[in-house]
Amino acid sequence: MAGSNPNAKPMDLTLKVWRQKDKNATGQMVTYPIKGISPDMSFLEMLDVLNEDLLRKGEDPVAFDHDCREGICGMCSLFINGRPHGPERGTTTCQLHMRHFKDGDTITIEPWRAAAFPVHKDLVVDRSAFDRIQQAGGYVSVNTGGVPDANAIPIPKSIADKAFDAATCIGCGACVAACKNASAMLFVSAKVSQLAMLPQGKTERKTRVENMVAQMDIEGFGACTNTGACAAECPVGISLENINMLRSEFIYAKATSENM
Amino acid sequence: MNWFTKTFSSTVGRKIIMSITGLFLCSFLVVHLIGNLQLFKNDGGEAFNVYSHFMGTNPIIRTMEIVLLLGFVFHIYDALVLTRRNKAARPVGYVNNHPEENSTWSSRNMGLLGTVILVFLIIHLWNFFVPARFGGLEPIVVENVEYDNLYIKVVQSFQIWWYVLIYVIAMVALAYHLIHGFQSAFQTLGLDHKKYTPFIQKFGVAFSIIVCLGFAIIPLYFFFLV
Ligand code: HEM
Ligand code: SF4
Ligand code: FES
Repeated sequence: MAGSNPNAKPMDLTLKVWRQKDKNATGQMVTYPIKGISPDMSFLEMLDVLNEDLLRKGEDPVAFDHDCREGICGMCSLFINGRPHGPERGTTTCQLHMRHFKDGDTITIEPWRAAAFPVHKDLVVDRSAFDRIQQAGGYVSVNTGGVPDANAIPIPKSIADKAFDAATCIGCGACVAACKNASAMLFVSAKVSQLAMLPQGKTERKTRVENMVAQMDIEGFGACTNTGACAAECPVGISLENINMLRSEFIYAKATSENM
Repeated sequence: MNWFTKTFSSTVGRKIIMSITGLFLCSFLVVHLIGNLQLFKNDGGEAFNVYSHFMGTNPIIRTMEIVLLLGFVFHIYDALVLTRRNKAARPVGYVNNHPEENSTWSSRNMGLLGTVILVFLIIHLWNFFVPARFGGLEPIVVENVEYDNLYIKVVQSFQIWWYVLIYVIAMVALAYHLIHGFQSAFQTLGLDHKKYTPFIQKFGVAFSIIVCLGFAIIPLYFFFLV
């Protein structure tokens, strides 16, 4: 492996993994001992090793979500040792390395838990509730025509920076997983405030927040108690400021929008 | 549903109600505490009895009493609706969970703390408010006018150790409820800015501790010193 440390000692671990055959099955935690894990491996590579073991034995491999494995797609989603994306702050599961664990450790691995994120199989949950919230208003309608000049719309640097920070949300759902209420407020607020701050997003500003909050409620996410768990566990550091901006957007929209 | 009921039955809208009622209840705490400070006057309860008579008969205060009751009703109703919804949003919990790594205990236990406050409130009203309003107190004459002697009821109640204990526990619960709740209420209203949020957070903690300590000192004072 590139950049691997030849002195790093391989580790033996005990994994406790949530196994569930399908949507309707009742699942349970199953214990797997695993040997010879390099501290340089990522958490997902460690699970790949487990799955190779299982396949060799003719058992069903553990299903888990992943895609880019570089912290940008938001597909990986594991609740590791009681924390979404594991013990490291600001890290997705795919970017979590085994050097943060010790030889002999027991590691529990569970799926995100929320009524709005039903378990498909093992560690894979259905996050299409997020897609439906996005479809309810997380977009900017642009009519066709000539491409505007890049500098035609002035945006102050501080606003551009804040909007960009909100835009870094990768839609992983760790905020929902961390929240005691399984609330999606951090995700929804990142989408709402990102577009509310930019001139291009102003046209649909009021309808957007009204529709996205309504969809969030329809999907069965909990309310926000301001515990701050979401922001503390968010792998890209989406801030609580966004939630408060969603609220002022919501109050402004409800008081002034044309929608009855 | 029209836009108004839609707004205030959404999760964001219900929290707005909780926040406004919560802050209103905080203002009530201040008035209540300042009034109670007259218990410390060394006048055999004269000032306190005159004050409680005023509070029980003044039409403005009586109107505010109804507003206060509504404040509690809306706060508790939405607390119930949201807490149930929040529990239903996670039907299956985690086998291994470490919420202490990402949030404070009080922020995660507002429902529990609120329930302790509610139980206390019922005991408290039953013991002082009900006899003061509906009769059952001894009369006392101050400057030729007859008053209900609520003061003596306070003195007698706080001779009982377990009664004092209930008060102290309830005030600890209220303090934790407000240490999270006070600053949370401003966030709920979308009032968040680097210019004033740090002040609100510090003020909220100081407010919670000072007010609750103020209330807790009253039963302790009568138990140990009177
Ligand atoms: C004097 C009494 C009380 C005061 C001053 C008070 C104050 C507050 C404040 C300021 C908040 C924060 C609101 C927000 O986050 O926007 C709050 C939240 C809360 N209160 Fe109270 N409260 C009182 C009594 C109660 C009672 C009796 C109950 C329940 C039976 C209760 C249950 C709750 C709950 C569950 C929350 C959290 C709601 C959430 O964020 O999900 N409170 N309270
Ligand atoms: S706000 Fe953070 S934790 Fe929530 S979905 Fe976006 S990136 Fe993931
Ligand atoms: S797999 Fe894409 S963020 Fe982890």
